[in-house]
Amino acid sequence: MKLARTMLGIAVLAWPLAAVPATSGYPLQGAGTDVGNLASLQRGARNFVNYCLGCHSARYMRYSQVADDLALTEDELRENLMFTGTRVYDAMLTSMPADQARQWFGNTPPDLSLIARSRGVDYVYTYLKSFYADPARPTGANNAVLANTVMPHVLASLQGVQQPRYQTTTGQDGKPHEQLVGLEPGIAGEMSAEEFDGFVRDTVGFLEYVSEPAKAQRQSLGVWVILYLLMFVAFAYFLKKEYWKDVKS
Amino acid sequence: MAGKLAALGAWIDARFPMTTLWKEHLSEYYAPKNFNFWYYFGSIALFVLALQIVTGIYLTMSYKPSASEAFGSVEYIMRDVEWGWLIRYLHSTGASAFFIVVYLHMFRALLYGSHRRPRELLWIFGVLIYLALMAEAFMGYLLPWGNMSYWGAQVIVSLFGAFPLIGDSLVEWIRGDYFISDITLNRFFALHVAALPLVLIFLVIAHILALHEVGSNNPDGIEIKKNKGPDGIPLDGIPFHPYYTVKDIYGLGVFLLLLAAVVFFAPEMGGLFLEAANFEPANPLLTPEHIAPVWYFTPYYAILRAVPAFAGTQVWGVLVMFAAILLLFFVPWLDRAPVSSIRYRGPLYKIALILFAASFIMLGYCGLMPAVQPFKALSVIGTAYYFAFFLLMPWYTRIDSHRPEPLRVRL
Repeated sequence: MKLARTMLGIAVLAWPLAAVPATSGYPLQGAGTDVGNLASLQRGARNFVNYCLGCHSARYMRYSQVADDLALTEDELRENLMFTGTRVYDAMLTSMPADQARQWFGNTPPDLSLIARSRGVDYVYTYLKSFYADPARPTGANNAVLANTVMPHVLASLQGVQQPRYQTTTGQDGKPHEQLVGLEPGIAGEMSAEEFDGFVRDTVGFLEYVSEPAKAQRQSLGVWVILYLLMFVAFAYFLKKEYWKDVKS
Repeated sequence: MAGKLAALGAWIDARFPMTTLWKEHLSEYYAPKNFNFWYYFGSIALFVLALQIVTGIYLTMSYKPSASEAFGSVEYIMRDVEWGWLIRYLHSTGASAFFIVVYLHMFRALLYGSHRRPRELLWIFGVLIYLALMAEAFMGYLLPWGNMSYWGAQVIVSLFGAFPLIGDSLVEWIRGDYFISDITLNRFFALHVAALPLVLIFLVIAHILALHEVGSNNPDGIEIKKNKGPDGIPLDGIPFHPYYTVKDIYGLGVFLLLLAAVVFFAPEMGGLFLEAANFEPANPLLTPEHIAPVWYFTPYYAILRAVPAFAGTQVWGVLVMFAAILLLFFVPWLDRAPVSSIRYRGPLYKIALILFAASFIMLGYCGLMPAVQPFKALSVIGTAYYFAFFLLMPWYTRIDSHRPEPLRVRL
C-alpha cells in the first residue's frame, strides 16, 4: 500500500495549485447552493421562469430535462414553468427578440445556460443581491459587483432598494476619491433579508443545475465508482502479493 | 477443446508471429526485479493513451468541428448524449493526467539514468512523444471553441509571428486565415483526431520496441544483462508477464482511483483542468481578463515570458523556449557521470536534480500567474536554472563524487 500512500501524498501536495485568483474587487458571498436539494431546485426553476426568462435564455436546457431531473410530471411542468407557448422538448428560450433587447438595453442579455460555471455561483449570487439605487443610471440602479451593469434591478419589488455607502479615500494621485464600501437597506421590499437570500440561493442553485445538469448524478455515481475501485485495488494488491512471493524469497 | 485451440494457435503462428510476439514482449521479456514506485508510469501512460483514443472516438461521434456549432455540440455532449458528460470529463481529465504521468515518467529517467547509453534512442523517441503530445494537446484545446480556447490559440499561434521576415506569413499559413477562424478549427480538428494520434501511436511503438531491444533500466542503474544464468536469462530478471502485469494492474488501480476522484468530484480541478472562461463561447471581440495556457504548458510559457524583447523583436523568447525543449534531446550526451542511478551519484547531481524539479514546478506556477512581480523575477531565475541544469551537466556530473555500483540489483 506504499504506492497508494505516495500517490495520495502527491495529490494532496498538488491541491493548493488549484487555487485561482479572484477577479472582482467587491467581496463575493458564499452562495451555499446544493444541486442535490430538489425542493430548492424546484423553487429556483419557478423563480427563473418568472423573473429571468423574460429577457434571458438558457438555450442549452430543455424543459423536458428540467422536469425529469427535478421530479416534475408533464402537467406540473406545463402549469408551473412553461409560459412561452413552447413544447416540452424545446430549449428554454426567451421570447424577447434579440434585436429589440439590444435597442432597449444596448446589449443582448447573456444566455444563462453556463453562467454559473463561467462566473461561479458566488459571483451570480452576490451580483443578484448587490443592486443599489443610482439616479445617474438610465435604469435607476447600479451594481456593486458589476459596475454600470445595463441590467435593471428586476428583483426590486422583492428585495427593496438598497442605498450605497461611500467612503472618501485619498488616492495615489493625492486627490479624494469616493469608494463604494457597502450597501445599506433603503426602501423595504416584499421579502425580509433572509427570505430574499433564500430566494436568490434557490435561483442560483437552479442556474448551477442548468450549467451542468449531470452534476448531482456525477457526484452520487462517483461514490460508487470510488468504492468499487477501492475494492479493485485491494484485490489487485493481494493478487500482486501472491505472485511476487516467489520473487521476494 | 484445448486441442482445437492449440491447433488454431499453430495455424495462426504459421502465418503470423503471434506466439513469438507474446514471448518477446511479455512472457519472456525479462525486466529487472527491483522496479519501484517510479516504474508504474510507463504502463499508466500507455493506458491513458488508449483512454484518450477511445473517449476521443466517442466524442467525435457527436462533436461538430465548425465555428458556429462546436461550442453547442460540446454542450450537447454534456447534456443530451447518453453518458456524454462522463466521456467528455474522462477525455479532458485524461489530457491533464497524461502530462502528469509523462512528467513523472521523464523525471524517473533523470533519477535513475534511463536516458544513458545504451538507451539514448529510447530517450529520443520519448522526447519526440512528449513533443507530439504537446502539439496534440494544444490542437485539442481549441476544439471546445470556448473563449479561452480561442484566445489561448491566438496567443500561442502569434508566437510564430515573432520570427523576422517570415513571421506574418507563417502565422497566416498556420491559421489558414487572417485570424483564428472556422478554417483554423477545422484543420486543428484534422490534426488532433487523425494526424497526431497516428504519429503518437507510431512513436509509442518505436519507444517500446527500443526499450525491449536494450532492456529496461532499474533503480540501481546497472545492466542486468551482464549477469546471466546458464539458460541465458538475466539472474536479476523476471518475466514481465505475469509479474509486472499483475503489479501494473495494481498501480493502474491506484491511478484510476485518483482519476475517478477528479472526474466525478472536481472535473474542473479548480480551473486548472477546465478553465471558467472556457464556458463562454469564443468571442473575438472579448479578451478574457487573464490569458494563460493550460497548466502543462506553463513552465515553457514562463520561460518564453522571462526573456525580454531585444533589438526590437520578441523572437528571443520564442527561440529560448524552443531551445529549452530541444535541449532535452541532448541529455544522454550531457550526462558524463560514471554511474547511472541517483543512489550511487554524489551530492552535486542530487541537489541539482531536486532543485530542477522544484524550479520546473515554480516556472509552471509563474506561467499561470499574470506577468507581474514577483513572478517575473522568479521566471527569470527559473529559466536561468533550467538552462544551467542541462548545460552545466557535463561539468558537475564529471566532478561529482560517486559510490561504487553493486554487481547485482538490490531488492
